[in-house]
Amino acid sequence: MATKAVRAKKLKVAIRGPGKTAIKLTVNGETHELLIEPRRTLLNALRKDLGLTGTKKACDEGTCGTCTVLLEGKPIYACMALAIECDGKSVETIESLSKDGQLHPIQRAFIAEDALQCGFCTPGQIMSVKALLDENPNPTLDDVKRVLSGNLCRCGAYPKLFQAALRAADLVRTGR
Amino acid sequence: MPKVIKTKTEFEGHVFEEYVVVEGEGLSAWEPQAPLKFVGQKTPRIDGPERVTGRALYTFDVQLPGMLYGKILRSPHPHAKIKKLDTRRAAKLPGVRAVLSYKNTPKISFRQGQTFVFDEIVRYVGDEVACVIADDEEIAEDALELIEVEYELLPFVLDPEEALQPHAPKVQLSGNLLNGKPDLYERGDLDQGFAQAGVIVEGAFKTQCALHNCMETHGSVALWEGDSLTIWDSTQHIFGVRAAAAQLLGLPLNKVRVIKKYMGGGFGSKNGLGKYTVIAALGAKMTGRPVKIMLDRHEENLAAGNRPATVQHLKIGAKHDGTLTALELRASVGAGAFCTWPPSVGGPARQLYLCPNVKTEQHTVFTNTGPLSAFRAPGYVEGTFALESLMDELARKLDIDPIELRLKNYTEIDQMTGRPYSTKGLREAYERGTKLFGWDLTPRSPSLKGRGGSPPTLGEGLGERFRRGFGMASQIWSGNGSPPAYALVKLNPDGTATVISGTQDIGTGTKTVLAQVAAEELDFPIEKISVEIGDTQLGPYAPLSAGSMTVASVGPAVRVAAHDARQQLLDIAAQVLEVPRESLTICDGLLSSSAIKEPVAVKDVLEKLENFMIIGRGAREPNPEDVTVNTFGVQFAEVAVDTETGEVKVERIVAVHDSGRVINPLTLSSQIEGGIIQGLGYALCEQRVVDKATGVVINGNLENYKLPTALDIPEIVFEMVDQPDPRANNLGVKGVGEPPIIPTAAAIANAVADAIGVRISELPITRDKVLKALKKE
Repeated sequence: MATKAVRAKKLKVAIRGPGKTAIKLTVNGETHELLIEPRRTLLNALRKDLGLTGTKKACDEGTCGTCTVLLEGKPIYACMALAIECDGKSVETIESLSKDGQLHPIQRAFIAEDALQCGFCTPGQIMSVKALLDENPNPTLDDVKRVLSGNLCRCGAYPKLFQAALRAADLVRTGR
Repeated sequence: MPKVIKTKTEFEGHVFEEYVVVEGEGLSAWEPQAPLKFVGQKTPRIDGPERVTGRALYTFDVQLPGMLYGKILRSPHPHAKIKKLDTRRAAKLPGVRAVLSYKNTPKISFRQGQTFVFDEIVRYVGDEVACVIADDEEIAEDALELIEVEYELLPFVLDPEEALQPHAPKVQLSGNLLNGKPDLYERGDLDQGFAQAGVIVEGAFKTQCALHNCMETHGSVALWEGDSLTIWDSTQHIFGVRAAAAQLLGLPLNKVRVIKKYMGGGFGSKNGLGKYTVIAALGAKMTGRPVKIMLDRHEENLAAGNRPATVQHLKIGAKHDGTLTALELRASVGAGAFCTWPPSVGGPARQLYLCPNVKTEQHTVFTNTGPLSAFRAPGYVEGTFALESLMDELARKLDIDPIELRLKNYTEIDQMTGRPYSTKGLREAYERGTKLFGWDLTPRSPSLKGRGGSPPTLGEGLGERFRRGFGMASQIWSGNGSPPAYALVKLNPDGTATVISGTQDIGTGTKTVLAQVAAEELDFPIEKISVEIGDTQLGPYAPLSAGSMTVASVGPAVRVAAHDARQQLLDIAAQVLEVPRESLTICDGLLSSSAIKEPVAVKDVLEKLENFMIIGRGAREPNPEDVTVNTFGVQFAEVAVDTETGEVKVERIVAVHDSGRVINPLTLSSQIEGGIIQGLGYALCEQRVVDKATGVVINGNLENYKLPTALDIPEIVFEMVDQPDPRANNLGVKGVGEPPIIPTAAAIANAVADAIGVRISELPITRDKVLKALKKE
């Protein structure tokens, strides 16, 4: 039988806030002064206020890892941090990796192993691998899997991601 | 001179007849052993650097000067009539530029008249009600809260079987059964077939509703320049979006341009025009500024399509030696609120095995839930799960090895048309897969003899708590590609070449494969080739990137275009160099002739022509009339089942597929692995859950809709049959995007049945179902 219609209660929320706030954000070594609403996430600040669209948004609620960046060298989901929380701190994004037109070894490893398909979650994965290798230049396959378990990939590039991370570790270690 | 021909094309289980224009020289496929320089090489993606640096521009990244953002108000009710809609408070919020609804926009019919872009009736939780256009997303979201809507609630129905009952609420005025009748297919005499059978097996199989969850959500950016509209869209079909947008907005085709440079996945859900695109265009018109609408993750999981749930009643009759005599399938498919294109769940039952007496009947049923869309091998993934599960039961009942049973019913003839297959590498795939997996060495085969319902084997090395099982399943799918598909190859004065086509790369590596084809035909270094796709203003028509058809449709057109360009180059070079044309050859981008001492670079010839540009044109040739081109494959699964928790761990998948010639083994391997991993999620953990009382999707997010993660990935081993199919097209290729997802769930289900000795006939195979099944044991 068909179910009877029911009415769902709608939550009424009053909307107000302190208005725009000035912060200083150091992104990829460059310090920016921004005037932003307190509710602006780091992700939106990077993408909209600084035009750094390399960091992607896929869920905006901390469930997929697509927007992974490094805050003070540690990987975070940029959608889960307010930009004002990052005032005075340093952020590293995918745009920081290639220098003088030269790809970073992690980026080269991703291309060589075809560790991407649509590529939308790739910047976040590369930043996760970067954080891993900064900490542990000699990771095992299990280390790699654990670190990447916070980065969803709907195309299913996982096997190649693992290979790419290990290859990248090798490239970094041997200074290639 | 262009030639017009009539041709039949098959797309995802549906056959169409159409006129196509063919131009350029007909080329025959390369010989299987032909020495090829670029085709068959593991070429890394030529657009890899853009993708790994974050420079690749997705629709989501488009930011135009003055751009506004749109957010859509969606129905909280599964079925209702909008009685009152008051947008005044929302419109007054600072930063809000427009509020669109049925009140202030033209009534635009959508989905073949099943709804309007803004409808006064909403038919599922998530249906579009209004849209706020504002300076930023946060403001637009605030404004949505201020829109007051009064709904008259209507009775609703969520379950397809219930929706077919006589007094069920009507989702669509025309009735809840799509087209008013089931899709029926019959051959032979079913009753006679069952009468001839020595053994009959039957079962009801259920598959869940699965969500695509492309990492880039659906969305568009619309920009008006005068009366010309440019749309950036995350789409699998730029020309389809152009045609539909032009029609709905009443614009001539030359005033609509659709661009898609990069996209974050589609999997079938981005095959057509979305309401958000039309709304963005209307909003941009109304405000005089560009408008961007990207769905958020929750909207994506309500309104952007799904793989529909199915219920399949399947019955197979066979002789005692395993020969099939009859196959009957009754399937119901929950279409959601709108559907113009039903997936073909009966395809595998009709095609995969030799059987003279077959009947399939499919009811595609409207319900008050989010509408279905194509999802990687639509229908065939679902249908294969049922068919291959029941074939496994038949093998068990007859005490025949599952592979032997399948070989017993092998067919070289496409039973739908009576035509032979152009090539069918399934027998070889079985042989190679059996070896690769060690099928004959698994405990399964020896212990199967006389095993019947005897206790399954303990998982070796896993302890008593675990049981190990082995299973396999086969796959058939079109993947033939077809005309119309066109390409241009331009030779620039500096000796570089540009391939142009209105196709799109949805993440498979299309650009790289097309560059390989062009480099091969031109005999230019691949570094000299660039590929421009994803822009209706730039390229000639190419079909949607779906149905595993991109390489097999566009690739041959690129080859013809490159051939045409090469011929023109030889004509020109012979005159410039003053040598006989027949004496000229091209190798690695250098022109050689017995009449000249040193080879000459293409650049040195073309630069003499004052910026003349050679333009080669190519069209995809028609498909052969006398054979059927299909793809085939087999997958084997090894699982360990935890009898205490019910957890199924897939330890190993072995796959062998036949998709004709392999152009790029590297990007192809990504397709195979990715397909298997999506199949794994479908088998074990993915499922949209809708609350029965309210029609609300309760797990429309990436936390509670469970996708496979890095920690869930089994060992994946695969091989390709890699036999060129010379009848298929001038490259000898068949598609590969969809085939690898088709048999995975069935192979896993068969392995689970082998492990625990009980058949689980409902996906996904979650712990509760395993524990329940173990109690039955």
